Amino acid sequence: MKPIISVSDLCKTYSDGHVALKRVDLDIMPGEILALLGPNGAGKTTLISIICGIVSASSGSVSVGGHDIVSGYRSTRAMIGLVPQELTLGAFDRVRNTVSFSRGLFGKKPDPAYVEQVLRDLSLFDKKDSEVRILSGGMKRRVLIAKALSHEPRILFLDEPTAGVDVELRQDMWQIIRRLRDSGVTIILTTHYIDEAEEIADRVGVINNGELLVVDDKLELMRKLGKKELHIELREPITRIPDSLARHGLVSSPDGREVTYTYDIRSDSTGITDLLQDLKSAGLTLKDLNTAQSSLEEIFVNLVKNKP
Amino acid sequence: MNFCAIRVIYKFEMLRTWNTILQSVLSPVISTSLYFVVFGAAIGSRIEQIEGVSYGTFIVPGLMMLSLLTQSIANASFGIFFPRFTGTIYEIMSAPVSAFEILVGYVGAAATKSLIIGLIILATAGFFVPLEIAHPVWMGAFLVLTCISFALFGFIIGIWASNFEKLQLIPLLVITPLVFLGGSFYSVSMLPPAWQTITLFNPVVYLISGFRWSFFEVSDVSVGISLMMICLFLAACLILVWWMFKTGYRLKE
Repeated sequence: MKPIISVSDLCKTYSDGHVALKRVDLDIMPGEILALLGPNGAGKTTLISIICGIVSASSGSVSVGGHDIVSGYRSTRAMIGLVPQELTLGAFDRVRNTVSFSRGLFGKKPDPAYVEQVLRDLSLFDKKDSEVRILSGGMKRRVLIAKALSHEPRILFLDEPTAGVDVELRQDMWQIIRRLRDSGVTIILTTHYIDEAEEIADRVGVINNGELLVVDDKLELMRKLGKKELHIELREPITRIPDSLARHGLVSSPDGREVTYTYDIRSDSTGITDLLQDLKSAGLTLKDLNTAQSSLEEIFVNLVKNKP
Repeated sequence: MNFCAIRVIYKFEMLRTWNTILQSVLSPVISTSLYFVVFGAAIGSRIEQIEGVSYGTFIVPGLMMLSLLTQSIANASFGIFFPRFTGTIYEIMSAPVSAFEILVGYVGAAATKSLIIGLIILATAGFFVPLEIAHPVWMGAFLVLTCISFALFGFIIGIWASNFEKLQLIPLLVITPLVFLGGSFYSVSMLPPAWQTITLFNPVVYLISGFRWSFFEVSDVSVGISLMMICLFLAACLILVWWMFKTGYRLKE
């Protein structure tokens, strides 16, 4: 299958010298949900903004649906819907008008029935004639989604869609996103909440300091990075790990009073039973045991920290 | 060509005008009436005719130009500055629209609005002074060209301005003095010779002179030069806008 979005060697340096993207390569497949994870200022919004045409790239290229985003901007932009991070709406616009405006802007003929359906899907129909400035933050977020969907895009970008929204809206939003994916829309969302990525995404990309550190299938990523540790406190300190325990890959603390065993929580066999038997055979007496799971947050932070 | 986009930009800009109809229409009508009461009736009655035209009538083209210029600039600059200020410009920039289509939408709406205001002022003037237009077609042409050129200039200001203060800066410090000193309320020939030469560096002189010629067939400079100057101004604005979109100046930064 050919990627619907192909980012190649993309760099962006802003006029103040800030390097926002460093040689980013990324292929996004049709119909997938890709979550871009990264701390604030990592370059997520810049990447999205370049693909959507809001920011010019310094070098590199992006193609959407086989068209270059610069030379074929009409084709590429018509395919894309963007929900920005900030709640940017004209103060005096009314809900239905602003959604119709977006539809027209993207070159689609007026279709009141379609706009009405979008508003109903997003529970906005009751507010169709309200001025957007009187709506709550959550409702404004829905209006932004309605605007992005108004021209029936094949690709939807959601930049930090759940920043500042309550649990209910968040759940609604995941439902909407799943429904869109089921209808064939490719979805790219940025977030700095890892649990969100875990809940919704098919693939996860981690971006930091303008570099795309990793892009992988979500489950694969969790399998690779989602480790758990068993800390074993010994009654008597050891100077070295006995050879009979070498296969377990134990790590000893500097004072020799504790050894740590790392295992994969998702695998069928964690190897803990074997380890405990081998510890007993090696004549080591245990004082205490405890386990600690490196949270996804920690994995992410480690991944981000380990790269300069 | 994305006609749907041009249509919605134009429609929504015009909608903004209707939403503020009192402010948009009533204020120029009131201010024009005040000018006529003060300059036309109170002071004008003591001023002799200028080149065979009564003073009250003589100032009509200048007054219209004063409003057209300020309104065209204000409408267009606000029209594009406000989405930049609120951040909604992201939608325009991410839409499949060309610079030309954006321009036609915004500048077209701003020019339409000032054209309407110009005609309202003309009608209001008709209540105060006798009016006869010698060349209605030329009058219309000057009116439309001025509205478009200065809406374009306003659009440039709206992209250039980084805050509300800058948005007001050029209209207030440059345009208003140029219009007042450009012969809105007097004929250039009434100035001392040295000032007559200096005043010819003021581009607004050519606008007002040409416009006045279309009313009364009297002008400070030849009508051909007036027309050429306004076309030059239009071309300069178009080149500047083209450059702004080409480089993404203040739009893609």
